[in-house]
Amino acid sequence: MAQKYQKVAYYPGCALEGSGHAYDRSTRALGKALGLDLVEVKNWNCCGAMEVKNVDPKLQTYLSSRVMSIAAKEMGFDAVMAPCNGCYHNLKKAEYDLADDQESRDVVGKLSEAAGHAAYQAGNLETIHALDWIKEAIGEDGLGERVKNSLKGLRVANYYGCMYTRPRHIFPEKDQGAGSESTSQPHFMDDLLAAAGAVNVDYPLKTACCGGAHTLSDSDISTKLVLNLLQTAEAAGAEVIATECPTCHTGLEMHQVRAEKMLGVKTTVKVLYFTQLLGLALGLKPRKVGVHENISDSIGFLKEKGLA
Amino acid sequence: MPIHEKSLIRPENLHVHEELEIDGVDVSGHWSTFIGSRVVTDYNEDLEEEIAALPGGEHIHRCWQCGSCTNSCTVYAVNEDFNPRYWIYLIRIGMEEELLRDGDIIWQCVSCNKCTYACPRDVAPEGVMKATAHWLELKGHRPKSPSILFDEVFSEQVFATGKIEEGRIVRDFFRRTSQPLVQEWLVEMVRRMVRHLPLKQLMTMGWFTILRPRTRGWGRARAAIAEHVAEEEARRRAALGLVDKATE
Ligand code: SF4
Ligand code: SF4
Repeated sequence: MAQKYQKVAYYPGCALEGSGHAYDRSTRALGKALGLDLVEVKNWNCCGAMEVKNVDPKLQTYLSSRVMSIAAKEMGFDAVMAPCNGCYHNLKKAEYDLADDQESRDVVGKLSEAAGHAAYQAGNLETIHALDWIKEAIGEDGLGERVKNSLKGLRVANYYGCMYTRPRHIFPEKDQGAGSESTSQPHFMDDLLAAAGAVNVDYPLKTACCGGAHTLSDSDISTKLVLNLLQTAEAAGAEVIATECPTCHTGLEMHQVRAEKMLGVKTTVKVLYFTQLLGLALGLKPRKVGVHENISDSIGFLKEKGLA
Repeated sequence: MPIHEKSLIRPENLHVHEELEIDGVDVSGHWSTFIGSRVVTDYNEDLEEEIAALPGGEHIHRCWQCGSCTNSCTVYAVNEDFNPRYWIYLIRIGMEEELLRDGDIIWQCVSCNKCTYACPRDVAPEGVMKATAHWLELKGHRPKSPSILFDEVFSEQVFATGKIEEGRIVRDFFRRTSQPLVQEWLVEMVRRMVRHLPLKQLMTMGWFTILRPRTRGWGRARAAIAEHVAEEEARRRAALGLVDKATE
């Protein structure tokens, strides 16, 4: 059933143009290597992120709905893929609010009209994560067949973070039994990396919080939370933490440095996007998947492992 | 059913006699502890309604005090004073003064939504934390928290151009919170970040800070958003009984 999502609208979002550029690069490279078509949403805007939601949730709904309106109504797509957990979460949340809440529909209708574009209606578009995309379009078997440079037993802790699974009600397709993603024990990233040869360690903090919301406004809490994630991964025997969110990824890298500088606690576990790991397994060069754009330096490690 | 709240007993109201004998029974120390009575007269009977009028606070009335939110809370795990269930309790019974005692930490919620996931009553405690943080600031009980300042810097940029540029956000945020931009750990991070980057990309990153990324034709959206923001602001102030001096 690996025919879905061969061509989808692609919504990178602001972070992937900045600190998360390696995620953008590796996602596009992965799509190319796998023969999947990504068409960037035209003239997109910020999804509203957590910050606009905090200021005014209805405006976050509007901002996300504009992106979905362009993908569905202007470009004619029925699925949009967002690799960033924040974007993915917000599009899903907007979808839920627009299906569920008249007031949200009113605000979106009014603002869309004033801004001069068609208002998005719930059901026009399906929002998927990069994990859903690879899992459905290629699948574990398909991926296994294409692996040129197996991850050869690389020990990986899969870290999904908050926004991919919580709150549960905005992800109605999850927790639907066999084959679906789980909100308490997510496994899509584990499945894909295992298919590429990695060994997934038993990581109890898959959906714990990295404190990304306060990475700058309350750095001490973020550092504490991240350090716990890093140390637990090391204790679980992981060499690499695989990520699927630019905010989490940058948070882990930033606070790994901060913990070292401010608390004198050094951790050595590497942090890589799952798209980078899959790209390497498909035989792409580290540069092609943006390893040089990460803060944490993995080049030497990857060479040692025969992956670079 | 009254709920026993240890934290409502203030230390100054706890009386212990180091040495005390009553009718020949030694009740020294611990055994003689008694709690001085306390009369609370300053309830804010509108507190729950005020919180419920702010975004995120809508469902606070559903809470049945099970404590699952606090039990699952990320911040509670690092700071036991961070107690969403307790604050919801205080808000619902109108104990504003007690709530204010924790006014300096409520904004620290990291929006992980573990509470929302665990809550059996769909209260969405994460939203209640945000509503309460806004309430503290709107009512003038607390200065704007770093978190609210960050949200504002971020949102202003999105409203103005449709997109954000991270470098500008960091700079604006540090300026607004009067922090030096040059912090040792940040410098170290940037050093590690640019170590492997080719010159061309560094230059593009530099240009980004001058040529702000923006959504084309954003003007009409910007105007519509500005109008919405003004309306919403007025609505919130009215709901909290705050009448602007200018419109009085
Ligand atoms: S989990 Fe929900 S019902 Fe239980 S105390 Fe918290 S808010 Fe109230
Ligand atoms: S969202 Fe806030 S209140 Fe809820 S569990 Fe997370 S940190 Fe605690």
